[in-house]
Parts: sequence; C-alpha cells; structure tokens
Amino acid sequence: MITRRLFCSTLAACSLLAATAIHAQERYITVSSTTSTEQSGLFGHLLPLFEKASGIKVRVVALGTGQALDMARRGDADVVFVHDKAAEEKFIAEGYGVKRQEVMYNDFVVIGPKADPAKAAGKDILEGLRRIEAVKAPFVSRGDKSGTHAAELRYWKAAGVDLAAKKGAWYRDTGSGMGPALNTAASMNAYILADRGTWLSFKNRGDLGIVVEGDTKLFNQYGVILVNPAKHAHVKQADGQKFIDWIVSAEGQKAIAEYKIGGEQLFFPNAKR
Amino acid sequence: MSIWLTIDNLGLTEGGTRIIDAVSLSLSAQRTLVLGPNGAGKSTLLRLIHGLLHPSSGALRWSQPLSQAMVFQRPVMLRTTALANVVYGLKLKGCTAHECDRRARQALAHVGLETLAKRPARLLSGGEQQRVALARAWALEPELLILDEPTASLDPASSREVERIINEIAAGGARILMTTHNLGQARRVAEEIVFIDRGRIAEQTPVAEFFKLPRTPAAQDFLQEEMP
Amino acid sequence: MHEFNEPLITAWQLVAAADERLAGIVLLSLRVSLAATLIACIVGMPIGALLAVGRFPGRRVLIVLFNGLMGLPPVVVGLLIYLMLSRAGPLGAFGLLFSPEAMIIAQAVLVTPIVAALTRQVIADEWSEYREQLRSLGASRTRAAATLLWDGRFSLSTAALAGFGRAIAEVGAVMIVGGNIDGVTRVMTTTIALETSKGDLPLALALGFILIAVVLAINAVAYALRGWAERHWG
Repeated sequence: MITRRLFCSTLAACSLLAATAIHAQERYITVSSTTSTEQSGLFGHLLPLFEKASGIKVRVVALGTGQALDMARRGDADVVFVHDKAAEEKFIAEGYGVKRQEVMYNDFVVIGPKADPAKAAGKDILEGLRRIEAVKAPFVSRGDKSGTHAAELRYWKAAGVDLAAKKGAWYRDTGSGMGPALNTAASMNAYILADRGTWLSFKNRGDLGIVVEGDTKLFNQYGVILVNPAKHAHVKQADGQKFIDWIVSAEGQKAIAEYKIGGEQLFFPNAKR
Repeated sequence: MSIWLTIDNLGLTEGGTRIIDAVSLSLSAQRTLVLGPNGAGKSTLLRLIHGLLHPSSGALRWSQPLSQAMVFQRPVMLRTTALANVVYGLKLKGCTAHECDRRARQALAHVGLETLAKRPARLLSGGEQQRVALARAWALEPELLILDEPTASLDPASSREVERIINEIAAGGARILMTTHNLGQARRVAEEIVFIDRGRIAEQTPVAEFFKLPRTPAAQDFLQEEMP
Repeated sequence: MHEFNEPLITAWQLVAAADERLAGIVLLSLRVSLAATLIACIVGMPIGALLAVGRFPGRRVLIVLFNGLMGLPPVVVGLLIYLMLSRAGPLGAFGLLFSPEAMIIAQAVLVTPIVAALTRQVIADEWSEYREQLRSLGASRTRAAATLLWDGRFSLSTAALAGFGRAIAEVGAVMIVGGNIDGVTRVMTTTIALETSKGDLPLALALGFILIAVVLAINAVAYALRGWAERHWG
C-alpha cells in the first residue's frame, strides 16, 4: 500500500498548503481608487507611512474612476479616492458618499510622437487637440469611463470638436486602462491624453514624449470620500475616516509632496484645512 | 443432475442482425461446453445466461435460483494487489473485512498463488492473472461458473493449470458452463457438448458421442477443420 | 532575439535574489490554484465518473454541457462570482470579495467542468474495459464509478493537472474577484497584467517565465510520480 500512502500524503500536503492561514486577521480598510494613483507608485509610498501611524492596513483596488465609484456603490469599498469631480458630486448627491474632500492634484499631459506631425506642441490643450483633429493624426482614447476619459471628452468639447461627427479611423477608442492605452499609443505612434504620474512611471515609451503640458485646464483634482454607512452598514466608518483625516493632515500632505519619480514631483497636495 | 436451466426460444437481435436465433435448450449436465465456429454466438449465449445481455425475445427459466460467477477471456485486474482483487468481489457480496480476507486468501491458495497475494495484480503474467480471476470467482462459491474461453490467450502450461482449477471447482459441486477453442480441453472437461452454428443450436450431445460421431454436418465440418 | 534576453536575465536575478515579495506572490498563486483544483477534483471527478457510468435522463445533455463549459471565459466567471460575493449580492454578508477565498471560489467554478469532462473521458474508457467484469461481480453503477475513480487514479492525475494549469494561468477571474490588492490578492498572473500595463514589458515577461517554470516543475514532478506509480501497479 505504498502508493495509497503516497497518494494520500500528496493530497494532504496539497490541502494543507492550500488551507494554511490564507489570511491572518488584520485591521484593514478597502479603498477603491484609480490606476493612476496605484501605478504611479504613490500608494506604495503613502500606505506604509499611514500603516505605521495608525496600525491600519489599506487594501487598494485600482480601477477606472467610474468603476471605482460603482464598486463603492455596491458597498465593496470603505473609501473612494478618485479624480472626476462631476462624478464624485453625483455619487454624494445619490447618498452613497458622506462628504467629498479635496486631497491633491496632478496634471494631464498630451503624449505624442516626438516628431509631432500635427504641430500640437505648446501649452494650450484646446489648440493642440484642434490641430490633431485637423490633420487626423492618430489619437488613442481610454474609452473606459475613467476620470481621464471624462477629462478628455471635456477637452474635446471645449475645443469645439464634435467627436460624434469627426470620429474616424484616426480616433482609436480602446476601452482600456491608462497603461494598456499607453502601450497601444506607443505601438501606433499616436497622440494620447495621460496623467503625468502614470506617464512618468511608464517604461514602454517607444518614440513618444510629452507634447502639451502646463495648461491650468490640465490640472486634475483628486478627491477622497467615505462611503456612507447609512447605505452600507458594514462600512468601516471609524478606520476609513482615520485614513481620510490622515491624508488631508499636514503629515499626509507632506508625504504626498515628497513622492518623486526621477526627481520630479508627481502630485501636489491641496487639501483645504 | 436434473434440469437446472431451460432456455425457451431465446433471441437477440442487434442492428438488424440475429445473433442468437430462437434458441431452445435444457441444461442438466454438471459440465457443459459450448462449441462452434467463430462468430456463432457462443459468447453472446453465455452473456445472456449470465444476465449481462438482455434477450430481444424468449426467456430463461431457472429450475432454482443459482448463484453465478463468470470468468472472461481477458482477466480484468484492478490496479491493486492480487489479494485485494479477490477481496473486491467478496465485498460486493457482503462480508466482514476479516471474513473477506480469510476467504480471499483461501481462494488464492486454491489456485496456487498464495505467495503472490501482495503483488500488484496487473504485473502478474497472463496465466497468473487468469488464476486470480478464477480465485475471485471461486471465492464467491458460485453454484454456476460461466467461463468464456478462459485459456484462449494463455500458453499451454498456463492453460493446463487453469483447466486443473476448473476441474477442481467442478469437483466441489459447481455447475460449469464454458466455451473453448481447444477441443482436447473440451473433451477433458465436458460431460455434454452444445454445438452452436450461426446463432442456432445445431446439436446437444454427450461428449464421447460428439467427438466420435457428431450428428449434424455443421459439427462434422467443424471437427474436421479443427482436428485435421 | 534580444527582447528575450533581458527578461531571462531579470527572471534569473529575481529567482537568485530569492525576492521575498516574489516568493509571496508565487506562494499565493500556488495556494489559490491548488485549493481551487482540489475543490474542483472533489466535486468534478464524481460528476465525471457518474456521467461516464450512469444511466439517467439528461445524461447526454449534461455531457455536452460540461464539455461546453470547459471553454468558460474566466472574465464571465469572475463577473458572476463578483456579483454573488459583492456586498450588494446574495452572498455579500460573508464579506469574501477581494480575498484569496473569493479567488479560490472563482477558479474552482472555472476548473470543475474541465476536471469533470476529462474525468468522464478517462472513466468512460475504463468502463468499456471493466464493465462486464464489474457487473458480473454485482457492482452497482455508483459503486462501479467509485471503483473506476480509484482504479483510474494515475490517468486522472492528467485531469487534475489540466485543471491546475488552467487555474494558475488565468487572470480574468482572479483580477475581478481578487482586486489585485498588493500583498493580499496579487498573484502571478495579475502581477504580470499590472507590469504590462505599466509598460514594464521585460519585467512582465520575466514573471511570465517564472510562472511557466513553476507550472513546468509541477508537471514534471507529477509526471515522474505517475510514471513510478504506473510501473509499480501496471
């Protein structure tokens, strides 16, 4: 019966490995946030500091802003940390959030081929977009209802470009996150609107570089909201509030300002206290 | 022996072909061998009697219920020891673990395999595997043992050993119903021969008479071809 | 070929450095996928055996169904499990979303049809060989199914391995129900997806090589064990 013993012990070993305390009980909150904060490495920098200060672990689920808010609507997050003011205010108005607090901003940049075939380079985002559309230079859109996608649509509208009428092969609606969209733009040598943080930490740049930057219209405000315990009773109200209080505190704001990639600051704290 | 099975107008049709065609037969001998050319329906008849196949027509009438066991041309061995293979059959009939083990060891001893009891059954030779199959059947103490060409794929020495075991089981009182291609074996084992040709019973004759003077031309042809 | 050199070197460096985070991710991948495969075997193998041996109305429909479900898209499974486990869903009260348990559930659902369908094939082959002998001995169909499961254990390891391979390689389901949370639900495939979206293709590929190596190693061990067992039992 050697094989029976072997068989049984293999089975037992597998189940043991599978079952070994997959998670030790720990104090944590769940934050639904955007890919820009996660992938730029900001959370990797902030969360250990917060954990040290509070003893609370933060589990971040990074999605597009629209998805992140929907996830919170279903009650699957304690705090949302996103960047689409209009959508956030709608979220509050629906009663899903307690209160919106501004935390920081970063800025969007237009990325494009270094050769800049559309001659879009400059400080003016609206003029830049008009020129891209005028020569039908390839442009990659997130198309995923994220905060960045919403901002992009606002800029096109402000630039007076009626996308519904002008959309063509040049405008690629990819329905993907910031990173995958950048990968697509790099392989097509196309223009794209991106947040600076993701761009700076993005490695597969190909022949792309920053084309438009510095327009105040490109500032991208982040807000933080506690999910309303009145809607979802299991929300970790106290710990969630602690996270919000910390991130808008002097300590949290300083930590945000200190995060740099290649010596460049990515996020600019601007919480109102 | 008195008649223990009456077969009444038995038929089996598969895909439009009549494999067993209106067979009527009374079995009373203790050791009956079914002979016939390839494809005559010998194996099918055995399977119908054992209950593995259901007849399309006709019926089997048992004079009294008989416990049965069957041994096949190719022994089916489970991937475990020889002993556990014998125990498996006993367990299905229901006995305590201790009792099963005792009877299984006894059966293995009867077939001369007690020393190989703990060997993996599938690694035994063909002849040894067939003896394990016989032990598995024997352990059940059947009143009727059905054997479908039990020595067809064995070498002469193994065949003789299997034949010896069959005779011993018969000596214990079990009825034997068997097919074979080996006419010498048929002559040694049988009391009565049932000769079957193209799904029909050609003749049913005591063994001595069959080999001396078969009644039907089909049986005559068969004997001439098999024993030149 | 130089696109592959850098990832290979990176992969080697990660392994050589015994990177603790990488080890955690690999271990979590193994735990989740092994647990899911185990559940899938416990549920799927008896189903497969009964489909092979049993005779009941709807059997053919079920066979086609399980064969079809082998191609279940992971994203769809992920979404269904997400909606079930979400706080707003029917099982929300357990608070399982974004946990390794949720990932195990999703992968088990994904893999069970594969294990069941492959088991059915293995057992059906065995059944055609054993059928008469088992029926002659008086085994019921349920008993026969159990016997064949044990007897076919070496061949069935292939079904389990196919299930495991599918589980550990999929990304769609675990991404949705696990949330790819750093240190909690981040496994090999979701890390690879993340690094790809960060544009760090060499690192993503390096992690891919490590994943392949882990899967190959497990298959090699299983293959060797099976070979040994088959030589031992025939």
